[in-house]
Amino acid sequence: MTVIVTDQGFQPDDWTQGYTPLYEAANDVPALDIPSQADPDTVPLSPGLAMIRVDFPSFADGRGFTIARQLRLRGYRGRLRASGHVISDQYAMARRAGFDEVEISDDLAARQPEADWRARASWQAHDYQARLRG
Amino acid sequence: MYNYTEFDKSFLAERNAQFRAQVERRIAGALTEDEFKPLRLMNGLYLQLHAYMLRVAIPYGTLNSAQMRQLALLAEKWDKGYGHFTTRQNIQYNWPKLRDVPDMLDALAEVGLHAIQTSGNTIRNVTADHFAGAAADEIADPRPYAELIRQWSTDHPEFQFLGRKFKIAVTGASEDRAVIKAHDIGLQLVRQNEQTGFRVLVGGGLGRTPMIGKVVRDFLPEADLLPYLEAILSVYNLLGRRDNKYKARIKITVHENGIETIRALTEERFARIRPSFSGVDQDLLPGIAAQFATPSFKSADTAGFTAAYAADPVFQSWVDTNTAPHKAEDYAIVSISLKAHGATPGDATAQQMRVMADLAHRYAHDELRISHEQNVILPHVHTSDLAAIHAALRDHGLATANIGLISDIIACPGMDYCALATARSIPIAQEIATRFEELQIEHDIGQLKIKISGCINACGHHHVGHIGILGLDRAGVENYQITLGGDATETASIGERAGPGFSADEIIPAIERLVYAYLDLRENPEETFLQAYRRLGLDPFKSALYPAAAVAAE
Repeated sequence: MTVIVTDQGFQPDDWTQGYTPLYEAANDVPALDIPSQADPDTVPLSPGLAMIRVDFPSFADGRGFTIARQLRLRGYRGRLRASGHVISDQYAMARRAGFDEVEISDDLAARQPEADWRARASWQAHDYQARLRG
Repeated sequence: MYNYTEFDKSFLAERNAQFRAQVERRIAGALTEDEFKPLRLMNGLYLQLHAYMLRVAIPYGTLNSAQMRQLALLAEKWDKGYGHFTTRQNIQYNWPKLRDVPDMLDALAEVGLHAIQTSGNTIRNVTADHFAGAAADEIADPRPYAELIRQWSTDHPEFQFLGRKFKIAVTGASEDRAVIKAHDIGLQLVRQNEQTGFRVLVGGGLGRTPMIGKVVRDFLPEADLLPYLEAILSVYNLLGRRDNKYKARIKITVHENGIETIRALTEERFARIRPSFSGVDQDLLPGIAAQFATPSFKSADTAGFTAAYAADPVFQSWVDTNTAPHKAEDYAIVSISLKAHGATPGDATAQQMRVMADLAHRYAHDELRISHEQNVILPHVHTSDLAAIHAALRDHGLATANIGLISDIIACPGMDYCALATARSIPIAQEIATRFEELQIEHDIGQLKIKISGCINACGHHHVGHIGILGLDRAGVENYQITLGGDATETASIGERAGPGFSADEIIPAIERLVYAYLDLRENPEETFLQAYRRLGLDPFKSALYPAAAVAAE
């Protein structure tokens, strides 16, 4: 099982429509699963797409942050979820890069409890990027 | 000097509080050592051979006397009374305790200093020409742009977990004192059609695969700086290799994909990113630049200086060797050598730091710089104050007149401190300096840059030393390889390996043979070692290094 982290803290997963792996995607799917080596320029952004889940195989693999930013810059406005080995110290980075939420395992949630994540929920504060980009 | 805004201060306070909590969570076990490692690294904390090491950033190498005094305080209170200035304009403390580090960071924050992103796979402390704002050959002061880059790169959400570290250097001068061609990104301020912009180089670096940076954009308008940097980083973050640590730097990405591909991808990404910058960064820039305004220079009688210069040969030698032309009349740029013969290159005691801070405060418009050559600079000194400064420096072992000479050696910490090192660097530097001091020929030799690395990672920049020394481990025995003809400036080149390495006992005599060969070979005293090498090539120097082999060949 997994836990979904948002600015409000931990909550159960409310996404019930499953995911289609990126490389098996038909034209119009509601949700895509994207690996960390994906090229964000070639991800099909069809009108019906409501959820994209980007995999973090390791917290040390920061490609997902750039993938998220590029998908947002390409105009994607649906839900964007970081999933896998993301640690609470990265929560603000994930939100600032364009993710809405983070999906973590129960094991990780036990080791890094909700308080650790909520401590990073005020990600809009102290943000150099917001200051420089306007 | 840039003064922290309320935003900078509260950011830093928050960041330090986060790190304090991370240290506590590590001790409590909520963070694994694997997870803690990148977090401590992005806050400047390494685990070295004997202890933790805290690397503190001196952004673009600029600091004021209060900051220098605080560096002295840290050295005394939490270390062994000294600090080590590095080739990337940082200072390293080699003996802090993990539990003390949050307090050290808070003490740094009191004077607007930090250790953020001085390590880890992220954008590192941005470096700049150490003569910025003072040099006679400058188009514009690069530090306002460097400060803008500091703000942009600090805690940048996309680039805290890159494939590898990423280093940016900026210069505003035609003479490159910032080694921009050996950085992941090198920026040179240029003017074109009345417009200020940058020549952008990418993919330079030393390490085990040394590369000279390539031009990715000939002219980048200054307003496009941040989005263009972001485009390069964005391309690198996704395209850079993550399968092999030794092939993960952008120099390999550029090498394997070709500069044309990197340029095309960067421009495409730039077109998408550019609109996400509204231009407010450019609105901030004049305010930042104003804080780096040229100090109001004084005019004073220089007769005393002229008399002292004529009367005191020691002072004269120091002035000739350790000062550089300043843009203002009767001003000089003073380099304080941290390379006293036999001392550890780049080390300064707390007391020496305070002496330099006092001199900066009293005589040098309160400014100091740290050079990548591991010396300290007083950038704005009126010549009438040089004698007093020299006298004070002499009392504290800081008046060595050897800037740019054979004993002004860059050396990495090597096996005395570093967990990666395969050989000692510091003792080799000390022995070379001591030997040439005994011979009393270093002023005759003239400009000669020796750079020493204690392992293949090349922190001592050996590839770009006129004479480079690389310490390796050959079956448990230290072995020193020599490279010749490297150059760290605007005419950058990677040195050529001269031949088989030398033992620790053989390396000093080998350098001596090499230098005497140069003295014999040069056309006149004005021809530097590097010029002679470029004129003659490797062979005559090789014969000097390996006399037995030369005889056998004949």
